[in-house]
Amino acid sequence: MVFLIQQTLLFAVPLMIVALAGVCAERSGVINLALEGIMIFGAFIGVLFIRTMQEMNLFDKEQGQILMILALFVAAICGSIFSLLLAFSAINLKADQTIGGTALNMLAPAIVLFLIVMIAQQNTIGMVKGGAASWFMLRPSSFGLPKDYSWGFLIDILINKVYLSTYICIIVFVIVSVILYKTKFGLRLRSCGENPQAADSLGINVFKMRYAGVMLSGFLAGMGGFNYALTTAGCTSNGDVAGYGFLALAVMIFGNWTPINIAAGGLIFGLFKCIASTYATLDINGDGIYMLSEIGISPYVYRMLPYVITLVVLAFTSKSSRVPKAEGIPYDKGQR
Amino acid sequence: MLRLDPETGKQKWYTTDGAKSVLSAIISILIGMAVGMIIIVIVGLTKDNISAKGIWEGVRLVFLGVFSTGRESGALTFGFNPVNMGNMLFRATPLIMTGLSVAVAFKTGLFNIGAAGQYLMGTMGTLTVGLTLGNTDCPVLIAWIAAFLTGVILGGFWGAIPGIFKAYLNINEVITCIMTNWIAANLVTWWFDAHDIFKNSAEGGKVGYIIPLKNVGVVTPKMGTDVLFPGSQANGGIWIACIIAVAMLILLNKTTFGYELKACGSNRHAAKYAGINDKKNIILSMVISGALAAGGASLYYLSGNTEFFWSTYMSLPSEGFNGIPVALLAANNPVAVIFTGIFMSMLNVAGMQLKYLTAYNEYIADIIIAVIVYLSAFSMFIKQLLNGREKKKGGNK
Repeated sequence: MVFLIQQTLLFAVPLMIVALAGVCAERSGVINLALEGIMIFGAFIGVLFIRTMQEMNLFDKEQGQILMILALFVAAICGSIFSLLLAFSAINLKADQTIGGTALNMLAPAIVLFLIVMIAQQNTIGMVKGGAASWFMLRPSSFGLPKDYSWGFLIDILINKVYLSTYICIIVFVIVSVILYKTKFGLRLRSCGENPQAADSLGINVFKMRYAGVMLSGFLAGMGGFNYALTTAGCTSNGDVAGYGFLALAVMIFGNWTPINIAAGGLIFGLFKCIASTYATLDINGDGIYMLSEIGISPYVYRMLPYVITLVVLAFTSKSSRVPKAEGIPYDKGQR
Repeated sequence: MLRLDPETGKQKWYTTDGAKSVLSAIISILIGMAVGMIIIVIVGLTKDNISAKGIWEGVRLVFLGVFSTGRESGALTFGFNPVNMGNMLFRATPLIMTGLSVAVAFKTGLFNIGAAGQYLMGTMGTLTVGLTLGNTDCPVLIAWIAAFLTGVILGGFWGAIPGIFKAYLNINEVITCIMTNWIAANLVTWWFDAHDIFKNSAEGGKVGYIIPLKNVGVVTPKMGTDVLFPGSQANGGIWIACIIAVAMLILLNKTTFGYELKACGSNRHAAKYAGINDKKNIILSMVISGALAAGGASLYYLSGNTEFFWSTYMSLPSEGFNGIPVALLAANNPVAVIFTGIFMSMLNVAGMQLKYLTAYNEYIADIIIAVIVYLSAFSMFIKQLLNGREKKKGGNK
């Protein structure tokens, strides 16, 4: 049970934060299909950063958490810079945002793989020494306690054998949600996605707001990408995040573009993802019976379910969808 | 603002929309290649193991990779290389088909980002039927046709899903296409996971592949390509793809149905007002689009010696996405798709040559392709620039 909850959280958090990244961009009026690409880029930058720091011997195992936090933010900032490409084509050049996003989705793995092969002469790079678990995972020993120390069930779930980055992402998720929905800036940003002409007439710079939306989106997606690379891929990067960016799009739609629903959607889809990858050895109530593998449903069904559910949700909510009205439409001052 | 030739009274050829499309495509290609070249130079300068000679070799191979004939006494040699040429055409086949798929959808105002999923469904249908019929005493021709058609029909069915969502519920096809892509990826993996008879276990060391169709003899005939390009993988599939491209041109430009499709693409509501069944046309457009993408997969795997890695639930085939630049560069003209498809596969061949002959690797081709897609996103902007230049120069009408 502990294992199931932790694993679900592990899978769900990158989904949540990247889905929120999608919301930031779409609320400002730019469709960000490039989430997958930005994630790939962020994951690569984060891993590369850790690798470089290790090569330069700047950090020891004891300062692993600091290194990890630095890498997380470096990845986020680079994701933000990478997303400028989308912002430039979508906002300044009024290009088709879907094609622009697709281009970034193709560009990120190409550049990342090109560099990975140039650096490592193989298709994947990881840490120079140690592993994600030994350097970055929180354990009783990281708090100076004996190895088999137990805080009891609840706290064990929260801090034993998890990564700090998961919690940082949750905190960032909350902060960004508050910014989007409870501040003046958030209101202005959202108005640009609903009715940019009206926003402009009230003195809001639509271009700036959309840039802010896309860059915030890139920041979160880069962060989510590194979080994925750290927790799920064991701090390696191979130019692929296994379709997480697209799954995050599904979460965003499932969550109807609102943070609380996205958090719920992320947890549900994360649970499916978790069941799919661990179903053969999953012992839910600890009685030694692998219930799910005995039912005999293929893991691919669980992997498929999020997408099927999203399609069904789309079909039934198409009338009451909260999709931003001006998303995907380049802002043209002269248009009424 | 039309500029007419004073003598003939006709529009000058270089001011036509077609000429501008070609020009903006060429500009995109050149910028893309330039970016690739710059990356090669920068990476070459920062890496110790690549000399100035290595950089120059890399640059030459990006442009002339297809004509590379290997190395002789340390220097790169260039000339007609039938193997590279043939492989270029062979790899172009699925790209032409997915390019057509994206182009036809574009004509109806739809962005078919789901070509990857339709491609996978086509793969599943073709391999399943091909391997099943190939093991019976069914004649090869009939088995080939059945395998091809099954793939195409499955792909058409898969394309219909986003079409129906778009037509009846007005849900953006991009979202549904992404969902159907990943559903297809899992479905195909599930199917092959559950059917061990299709898995290739005979050849040791290779795990996770489906039996190639040449093992059961259901392959596309060479149709003269073995004479033109001896030693390459090229086969009759490229001719079939070209014929389909021409058929699509005729369908779109010379038939009522094609006109209706385009009318729906230009303005769905106006088309409806004019008495065109917009829902039917949107769905049919996606069905054709899906069938074309799947046809690409069918032709690719019916070549016989291509092996399908079945555990694909984490990744989508790149052919599906590379159809987008093929269609965009061709300005959605089906016949132009043949040439842009061949161009894209030329880049891929050049990438492989880079990998084999220099310290660089094949992903530079993907970078160039991605840059081209990025640029073609604002091809409208480039066209506007071209128009603007003309205004300044021409002045009067």
